[in-house]
Amino acid sequence: MPRVTVTVDGARYTDDVPARTLLVHYLRDNLGKIGTVVGCDTGNCGACTVHLTDSDGVPRAVKSCSVLAVQADGAQVSTVESLGGEHPMQRAFHEQHALQCGFCTPGMMMAAVDLLRDNPDPTDAEIREGLEGNLCRCTGYQNIVRAVRAAAAEMRNSPQEETPAAVPAQTAPADTEVTV
Amino acid sequence: MIPASFDYIRPSTVEDAVNALSEAGDEGKVLAGGQSLLPVLRLRMAAPALLIDLGGLPQLRGVRTEDDTLVIGAMTTHATLASHPLVVEGAPLLAQAAATVGDRQVRHRGTIGGSLAHADPAGDLPTVAVALDALIVLAGMDGRRTVAAKDFFTDLFTTALRPDELVVEVRVPKLDGWGVHYAKLNRTAQAWATVAVAAAVRRDNGSIVEAKVALTNMGPTPVRASAVESAIANGEGVDAAASHAAEGASPTSDTTASAEFRSHLATVLTRRALTAASAL
Amino acid sequence: MTATMEPALEVGKARLRKEDARLLTGRTKWTENIVLPGMLHLAILRSPHAHARIARIDVSAAKAADNVVTAFTGADVAETQGVLACAWPVTEDIVMPMYTPLAVTEVRHVGEPVAVVVARDRASAADALELIEVDYEPLPVVLDMEAALAEDSALVHADSGTNRCYTWVFDAEAAGAGGAMPQEAEVVIKRRYVQQRLIPSFMEPRSVVVDPTGDEITLYSATQIPHILRFLLAATTGTPEHKIRVVAPDVGGGFGGKIGATPEEWIAFCAAKMLGRPVKYTESRSETMVSAHHGRDVIQDLTLYANRDGTVTGLDVKLIANMGAYLGLITPGVPLLGAFMYNGIYKFPAYRFECSGVFTNTTKTDAYRGAGRPEATYGIERIMDELAVEVGLDPVEVRRLNWIKHEEFPFSTVAGLVYDSGNYEAATDKALQILGYDELRNEQATRRVNQDKVQLGIGISTYTEMCGIAPSRILGALRFAAGGWESASIRMLPTGKVEVMTGTSPHGQGHETAWSQIVADQLGVPFDDVEVLHGDTRTSVKGLDTYGSRSLAVGGIALVMACEKVREKAQKVAAHLLECSPDDLEFSDGAFRVSGTPEASKTIADCSAAVFVAHNIPDGMEPTLDSEATFDPSTFSFPHGTHLCATDVDTETGEVSIRRYVAVDDVGKVINPLIVEGQVHGGVAQGIAQALFEEAVYDAEGNLLTGSFADYTLPSAFDLPDIISDRTETPATSNPLGVKGVGEAGTIASTPAVVNAIVDALRPLGVNDVPMPCTPERVWRAVREASS
Repeated sequence: MPRVTVTVDGARYTDDVPARTLLVHYLRDNLGKIGTVVGCDTGNCGACTVHLTDSDGVPRAVKSCSVLAVQADGAQVSTVESLGGEHPMQRAFHEQHALQCGFCTPGMMMAAVDLLRDNPDPTDAEIREGLEGNLCRCTGYQNIVRAVRAAAAEMRNSPQEETPAAVPAQTAPADTEVTV
Repeated sequence: MIPASFDYIRPSTVEDAVNALSEAGDEGKVLAGGQSLLPVLRLRMAAPALLIDLGGLPQLRGVRTEDDTLVIGAMTTHATLASHPLVVEGAPLLAQAAATVGDRQVRHRGTIGGSLAHADPAGDLPTVAVALDALIVLAGMDGRRTVAAKDFFTDLFTTALRPDELVVEVRVPKLDGWGVHYAKLNRTAQAWATVAVAAAVRRDNGSIVEAKVALTNMGPTPVRASAVESAIANGEGVDAAASHAAEGASPTSDTTASAEFRSHLATVLTRRALTAASAL
Repeated sequence: MTATMEPALEVGKARLRKEDARLLTGRTKWTENIVLPGMLHLAILRSPHAHARIARIDVSAAKAADNVVTAFTGADVAETQGVLACAWPVTEDIVMPMYTPLAVTEVRHVGEPVAVVVARDRASAADALELIEVDYEPLPVVLDMEAALAEDSALVHADSGTNRCYTWVFDAEAAGAGGAMPQEAEVVIKRRYVQQRLIPSFMEPRSVVVDPTGDEITLYSATQIPHILRFLLAATTGTPEHKIRVVAPDVGGGFGGKIGATPEEWIAFCAAKMLGRPVKYTESRSETMVSAHHGRDVIQDLTLYANRDGTVTGLDVKLIANMGAYLGLITPGVPLLGAFMYNGIYKFPAYRFECSGVFTNTTKTDAYRGAGRPEATYGIERIMDELAVEVGLDPVEVRRLNWIKHEEFPFSTVAGLVYDSGNYEAATDKALQILGYDELRNEQATRRVNQDKVQLGIGISTYTEMCGIAPSRILGALRFAAGGWESASIRMLPTGKVEVMTGTSPHGQGHETAWSQIVADQLGVPFDDVEVLHGDTRTSVKGLDTYGSRSLAVGGIALVMACEKVREKAQKVAAHLLECSPDDLEFSDGAFRVSGTPEASKTIADCSAAVFVAHNIPDGMEPTLDSEATFDPSTFSFPHGTHLCATDVDTETGEVSIRRYVAVDDVGKVINPLIVEGQVHGGVAQGIAQALFEEAVYDAEGNLLTGSFADYTLPSAFDLPDIISDRTETPATSNPLGVKGVGEAGTIASTPAVVNAIVDALRPLGVNDVPMPCTPERVWRAVREASS
């Protein structure tokens, strides 16, 4: 069974995991990172989007359902929990009412943050195109676009740190059972 | 869904990868970006016993030029192709097409080698490889060999790759001064191309004198629109030349579109691609 | 007499949502998150055949596999698995086939569950599934509805003798709501429209966890209907109702798709009871596509009679509605919810509606956003455009000619309903102005003259809808098995905080925020002092859950009623403490004040503390302010609006691009404009998606070809336009809040607006219809066929 060492939201974990374990399942089931969710089985919905930083040191948005945990060995992963709670994107989503049921939201925000890294001042059309990998069924995307625009403006005025500070895990690691 | 079990290795040399692939035979599958393979595994449409991950081969990533050729490592991602200055300058058609693949997340992981080896008839990069007369370099137990793109795609999801071979490099002749355009129609942004056209044109005195045109999803493999190219070479105008687009193609009918509509689209998109390419 | 209320401070405010904090930081409580001690995982084997007899099924190899605790078939649990009930036998002679969670002898649609593996972990369960052996004997597959109704058709349910589930008729003349259908007319327009099959596609796949280890058995499920589930589980599995608890934790969208008594829930319930251990089942999206119910799938034949001047004299509607292979909770009734809406906003003198439900070997259909009303609005709004063309009137004018005028409300319609209030003129004028109607018509004219390859079309949809489900008596008259009331309970805590237990079950609609706003105004307490609890039958014990745009129009009123009771009780306590008569008190600025001496005051919090210690409260008064109320509406509510869509249509490729989309909706009084606008955006997006993108497609063997998100084309942000949303406000007169509901209105309105625009663009080319979804190919073919 392969051994993987991954740094997730600033903390390093080492586990023996079956090779077939998807990164999203590793994050959720082994590490308790329940903020990242599974919405489909064909890599279309984007709800599982996290940031993966490989050997070149550049964080990139990826669909964690389409990455094996073993492929992330030696890499760094940031989930929605790395946004902290006061991130301009979270604030903008809240203020623009860019979420309703919230299921697509973590993936949507992670994709949006990644988009702004490459394009800090996107037009609405560029925002819409940049989010084509993230499906939402509740909002019709209208307020999501507004939120990303607002977050972009705030982030241009006060740039964010690239690497996330270590954020304590919200729940205990693998072998502790958690009730709702 | 959960994939069936498999063993996994991440070799650190191409030789190790080839050896493993050779040993595993039918039971081995190469893992490049995983954006096509993982959904297949999750749906249990395939259940290989061994996955050989090329992610530990940085020597297969990167872009460089060799005289008039762009040399691209097989593990170079679509995102890199879409934005790398050498690609944007040396093979803009490839950059354009790569920018349309899937979405940002998919482009961060999907690779040119994977895309060519997977040979999805609706894939964008195989078409561009054919249009640009790219050479595909394979590594196997017998060493390296080069296959022209036109000979590489043999059937639906089938290539000239031998069971022990993997794609290591793609060599694209530069077309200095040519105008290019990739015209793609899909039902939604995430959807595969209903039909797409890759066009590169050489102009002389304001008209197109030579064209390289290939079609996506007009058959089990990319279709070189030779009738269009001949018409251009014979001095026919864009409209007339484009009307030949579907000749020799065998598009399929499926839930996305009928063969008839695909053929029609091929002519329209070819005309638009040639026009846009020549405007540059 | 209760002290008069101050004007609202919170109601009407664009309050940001209380729900957001957890959802934005990943502190979510989806059912799939739940991990319980000793919990086991289920995997379900599903039929690959659309219709077959199960000749042999052997789970022994699966049972013996590593990490597997047990495996079972439908035959193994025939006595204990219960049945999946349909709560709406729309006619006396309706055919209601037996529907069990696991198939026992026969499967009738691809994806129907046939066996279950219970294992220690998800992966082992999935692996063991492959070891189950099943021999199927294929049976004839019935797919086409009209063929299914033919005499010689193969049968979906052999012992029913027919594929016709029911035929239901509403005749306005017979009902005393209208006159005789015209025998002849200057203008007769017959059209067939097809409401294609859709898949609700909520983003959270369904998940269920059952914990039998407590004194009661708890079912956690991603459901819209926890209260109804509790009742149904008791009624169909023999488990006593008071021993069942149902919890809907965070639920990731529903849109009607999570209204159901599902095979998966019943299987999990059965497995948990059998094993005495918690079990979890979370479906993968491919399973959702074949197992969660589908929407729409109705063939509509409409005949419109009118005078040459454009006034309509009658409308006849005949539907054939696809039930699928089985009847879900409200499957037969969904098309009938539209029966009363085909007349739309118009004063038609004659109307007849007939619907036949048909069984086929496909996934069952059931409610999907709008449930019957989008179909109705599509039918009438499309045919009104046809009428406009036929009589040479602008489509807006033909509507003006026929609609109910503002001064004519309340209005008794030919479908037997009374619309309480509305202002179609105001909404329409506003929409036209925001769209820039005249300018766009000018551009359209220019493009037509130039024979542009890209034509411009303008589509209009003037809709009303019937929601606030529902007056219980009317449900009874329609033979629905349950009522339509809603309940709210308020607990006043000693420190002055307020707990609200609502019977609604939100899954994205923001009830926690909106209900807090209502209670804040009603009780004069700070917005942040209100906690809204929902979704757990142990906590919010009474309710009929969320669907049919009912939560505010019915649940919100129950809430107001409960607040009034709290204020009444508090008033007595305040008067006692202030040593005056209750009649001397006014309620203002969050306190009861003696008129004339405003410093002498007691807040609700004061009263709450007083009754808690009960040292000094009126004689004989129960020491509590807590109150509950149950509200049964006397009528439906009727939001309305005008949507305008401008589309560019590329006649060469068939591509449609929405250039401008304007929605002016009237939902009565607005509690929270952010939430209302969000519902409009999301509803419109789904309606546009029906018009342009989505269709569930089966092949000739009954396999669902669009069985994943790779094939079922849902729109992303890039595929949808900006939605310009505005409002008029004509309060409902049927409830004290003046609210009408908004959850489904956007979807109901938008589909015909888009298709009308496409057809409008192509009229000069001879096109009068494009079947949905209006894909590039369908648009192209419509143009080709018209020109040949």
